[in-house]
This record gives sequence, structure tokens and C-alpha cells, in this order.
Amino acid sequence: MTFTPVLSAGWGDSDSFTLDGYTRRGGYDALTKALAMDPDALISLVKESGLRGRGGAGFPTGMKWGFIPQGDGKPHYLVVNADESEPGTCKDIPLMLANPHVLVEGVAISSYAIRANHAFIYVRGEVTHVVRRLQQAVADAYDAGHLGKNIAGSGYDLDVVVHAGAGAYICGEETALLDSLEGYRGQPRLRPPFPATHGLYGAPTVINNVESIASVPAIVLGGAEWFASMGTEKSKGFTLYSLSGHVRNPGQFEGPLGLTLRQLLDLSGGMREGRTLKFWTPGGSSTPILTDAHLDVPLDYEAVGAAGSMLGTKALQCFDDTTCVVRAVLRWTEFYAHESCGKCTPCREGTYWMVQILARLEAGDGTEEDLATLLDTCDNILGRAFCALGDGATSPITSAIQYFRDEFVQHMTGKGCPFDPVASTVFAAASS
Amino acid sequence: MLTDKTREEARQIIARYPKARSALLPMLHLVQSEDGYVSPEGITLCAEELGLTKAEVGAVATFYTMYRRKPAGTYHVGVCTNTLCAVLGGDAILDSLKDHLGIGHNETTDDGTVSLEHIECNAACDFAPVVMVNWEFYDNQTPTSARELVDGCRAGNPPAPTRGASSLCTFKQMERVLAGFPDGRANEGVQAGPPSLVGLKLAQQRGDTAPAYPDGTTPGAEKPKQQEADAQ
Repeated sequence: MTFTPVLSAGWGDSDSFTLDGYTRRGGYDALTKALAMDPDALISLVKESGLRGRGGAGFPTGMKWGFIPQGDGKPHYLVVNADESEPGTCKDIPLMLANPHVLVEGVAISSYAIRANHAFIYVRGEVTHVVRRLQQAVADAYDAGHLGKNIAGSGYDLDVVVHAGAGAYICGEETALLDSLEGYRGQPRLRPPFPATHGLYGAPTVINNVESIASVPAIVLGGAEWFASMGTEKSKGFTLYSLSGHVRNPGQFEGPLGLTLRQLLDLSGGMREGRTLKFWTPGGSSTPILTDAHLDVPLDYEAVGAAGSMLGTKALQCFDDTTCVVRAVLRWTEFYAHESCGKCTPCREGTYWMVQILARLEAGDGTEEDLATLLDTCDNILGRAFCALGDGATSPITSAIQYFRDEFVQHMTGKGCPFDPVASTVFAAASS
Repeated sequence: MLTDKTREEARQIIARYPKARSALLPMLHLVQSEDGYVSPEGITLCAEELGLTKAEVGAVATFYTMYRRKPAGTYHVGVCTNTLCAVLGGDAILDSLKDHLGIGHNETTDDGTVSLEHIECNAACDFAPVVMVNWEFYDNQTPTSARELVDGCRAGNPPAPTRGASSLCTFKQMERVLAGFPDGRANEGVQAGPPSLVGLKLAQQRGDTAPAYPDGTTPGAEKPKQQEADAQ
């Protein structure tokens, strides 16, 4: 296997986030090339490359762009989903901190392709310095003539607004993001109609993840074939893997889709001293957990799906044998209950009650019947909630009971949690 | 306190958007930059400028976790207690800070310097356990380092963020940035923390690169300097 740094190639430079730093490494060359192309040719290029949305769902990016009606006389919008909030997911924030310009260049090219003259970067509010870097990058790109009126003499105009959110995980759901960007509570919209025809202000809108848009300049420079030379049959290209948890060297790793967790652990130093992997998420807390039996599953959309989970955001949260799975699942469920927008009953009520039951189980006061009720509640949320947040809330619970039912039972028979929370901390050695 | 200047700045925010109501979230950040929370006066101002009822503005303000119903401390401290940070030490850090400061979740010290809350995942899991102050990153914290951090905040000389500006701004200054009024500090601080570079360094050690572009150049490589290019 080979690592393939593209997005992260310049992150080692202390000025990687500046216009000079980006330009020194070929920044904005792709925009020049793209503006000389026909917008439809750019859409075809991204379609042929096989790029799939890096925000979790894996929908083909070029196909999304192709759904935008052309010549309809309406304004078109590009909205970048920079609301990275899925527990475990930590790739877009370091990307925007280290190189906001690659996103800005991607925004310019993508907006030109879908014939949008207005783009928004909706960034979560809880990252002050990332907001600063984005604001500066956009301002510098205007000054350099990469944004604004008649970009590089092409006759193409584009305005970009950096918009800070205000703390709501649900706004990562694309239609909730649109409502939020319009100044409403961030609650998802009924689909259809889809944003491609009725998006921001009821106009055709493309919503893409940061990493997806940031991958576009490289595709323009390298071509579809080059991009597709990386990855697996249906999961093409380079991507960021985020390794975290009880590992010796957590961090970002850029490689082709289809690497395995075993490869990443072997090369990065493995789990922390004297401990073994117990469970992990392939792509954030909404993707069912996996175990050490899944270390060799290729991390692409198809193989992780076949293993009973989802690739999601490649947020590889690794927990070792000191971790109580009941505690982990309770905490994730508390998160979903807090973040449920309240629009639909299964999610709003279901997540609330699941927290009550899990808290009882963790405290050692649960029963076998509680486990049955939990699974029944999950069954009543999955597929019945208004959006994917509800579905995601069931993933940790059903998968944890599937792989670690004995541990739930152990909490009942032992009248409490058998784990020492101190042992699972990173400062365990220092405090023991 | 909200002034005519605040109202003028609210109008500047409105002018950024094709439709006025899109300005509501940044306007609420602007209100917090003046009052430290979403004050009744702030709700009135937003309603007046956008032609909404106060109930409509309040309905939005109460939906989002970052909008506060009472004033934040000068330094607003958030401890991540989502699963991964909690397990790696976030729970212990939060307990330690509650004990040390004598306040609980969503409370503020009597002197108004520090407010505390437990927060959800802040997208820095490879730096766990994570503490945020005024939404600047304080990575790889321990109970001891977190106590020192809040002591510095209370004494008015907080340590610099791990990945952020070269010194910590106040809650109100931070909210002004989120409202879309840059403070000119984007060039301060590191470009990346060590974990962000782990994979890149490993690739470099192994001699790994992405496949070359069709023109033979390596993606993301430095371009030859202009003189060298001319010489060729």
C-alpha cells in the first residue's frame, strides 16, 4: 500500500494556510484551467472520476451536480457543508485550518461548473480559528482576482460568503443546513423535492462536504483517469482517514480508499502499550461499531457496507479493552438525544427513552427486558425517522448489543459497571 | 450594550445575503459579541431589522446551543464529554473543573471570568481529550493542565491556544469574528498540530507520494521557482 498525500501534501509548511503558501504548491492553477473549460465538461469530468461525497453518504458528486437544471433562469447556489460534527469525525477542521485555499479554489471551480454565482461555506461556529482562516482566505482570494467579478478575465462572477453556524449537529443534514442558512431553526425538509431543484431560497442548490469540494482542484489538474487510479473498483480516489482513541499515534492519514484499519494501525504504531483493540467505528458514531474481527475489511463504501456498517467519514475511533461499551453507547445516545431537532416523534421521543434505559443498564439496575425494549425502540426509529439522525442513533446500540451482549448482561448480574474509568484515560499511567 | 453601531453592523450583515433573514444567525452572534448572551434587547433588534416577531427570533435563538440565555464568562470553557474524549479523560477533566471552580454545567463563576459547559464532539478527536475556551482549541488536556488553564483565565493571563491565535481573545471578541467581522488574527498560530501531520510524515519517511499528474508533476509539490522555470 502507498499513502497518497494530495490535500495534505503542503500541511507541513508553516505558511500552508496563506495564499502565497498555497500558490507556491500550484494553488489556483486548477481554477485557471477550469475557467477555460465548458462547465458541462467539468461536470462530466467529476462524474467520470468517480468522486463520491466525503461527508458520509458517499453519493456520486458529479451526479449531484448533474441534477441541477440548466438554462432555467433561476439563480443557482453552491453550499459547502463545513458543519463537521459527527462524533469521531475530525478531517475537515484540520484541512480548513491548514489549507483553506484548496477549499476556496474548489468552491470557485464547482460553482462555475454548476453555473452558480453565489456560494456559501457553512462552517460550524465552534471553531474560532478555522472561521478566521476561512475569512482571510476568501478575502485574499478576492484580492488576487480568484473570486469576485470577471474572475481572471473569464467573464464569470462569483461571490463567496463564510457563514458560521451556532451549534447544532442536525445542521450537517443538508436540508436542515439550508433551513439554518435561511435563518430558521435547523430542521430537515421533506424530500422530494430535492435541493438540486428546490434548495436554498427554493432555487437549484448543490450541497457538498468540504473534502469533496477540496478534492476537485486535483481532479481538474490530474484528470478522471488519474483520480480513479487510486482506490477500489467503486470507491475511487484519495481520502483522509482520521485515526483516534487508544492508539499510539492518532492523526490524519491520506491514502487511497480501500486501506484497512490493520494497515493503518500496523504502520502508525498500533494500539497503546499492552492493550488490544476492542471495538471501533469506521466512520463516526452513526456507523455501526465493528470489532477486531473486522480489521481486514477494506475501508471503501462497498466492503464496509458488506461488513454490516458504513464507511461514513472514515473516522476510525479505536477503543481498547479498558473501555466499557455500555458507557460508550450511553454517551453517544445522550448526544443524539441532545441533538435531535424535535421535528419527528420516533427520534425525539425514542432517543430520550433510550438514554433512560441505557443509564439504568450502565448503573446496574437494568434487566433483560430493558435490552429487548432498547432493540424494539431502535426498530421503531430505524427507517421511520424523518432524517438520518434517527437512523444513526440506533447504530451504536444495535451493533453494541450484537457484539457485546454479554457485557450488557454483566452490568445486570454484577449490579454495576465492571470497568475502571481511570484505566481508559490517556493519563491512566500517570495517575495510577 | 447595543448601540446605533450595533444596528449599523447588523445591517452590514444583512447586506451580505441575497435574502435578509439569512443574516439572523450571524446577527445573534453579533448580539452576543455585545451583551455576552442573547439579550432581550438583542432579540428586539434582530426582529426589528428583519421584520420578524420577537417570538420568531426567540424560536431560532433557543434552538442553537451556542446562543446563551445568560451571560457567558469572559472565558467560556467547554470540555468535550462525547464518547471518545470522555473515555480518554474528558469526564475526569470536567469533574475536576467543576470541583476546582465550584460551578456546574452552564454556570459562571461569581467574578464573571469563567463559565463552564460540557460540549459535544468538536472535531479534534485525534487531539483528545479536548478543552475549548472561547472556541479555541486546547488539545491533549489533563485534569492538571485544565485546572492551570482556568486559573490563568481567572487571573486574566490565560495560556495561548494549542491551535489558534497567539493569545486568547475574550468571549465577546470571539463572537464578533463569528458574526463575520474579522479580527485580523488569521495568520497567527500554527498551520497544523502534530497529529494532523502524522500521516504526511509517515508518507515522507516511506517515500510515498500520490501518483504523478499527466504532466509529470507530483500533486501538491512545490513548483520550480520562476528563474529555474525560465532557464528550462
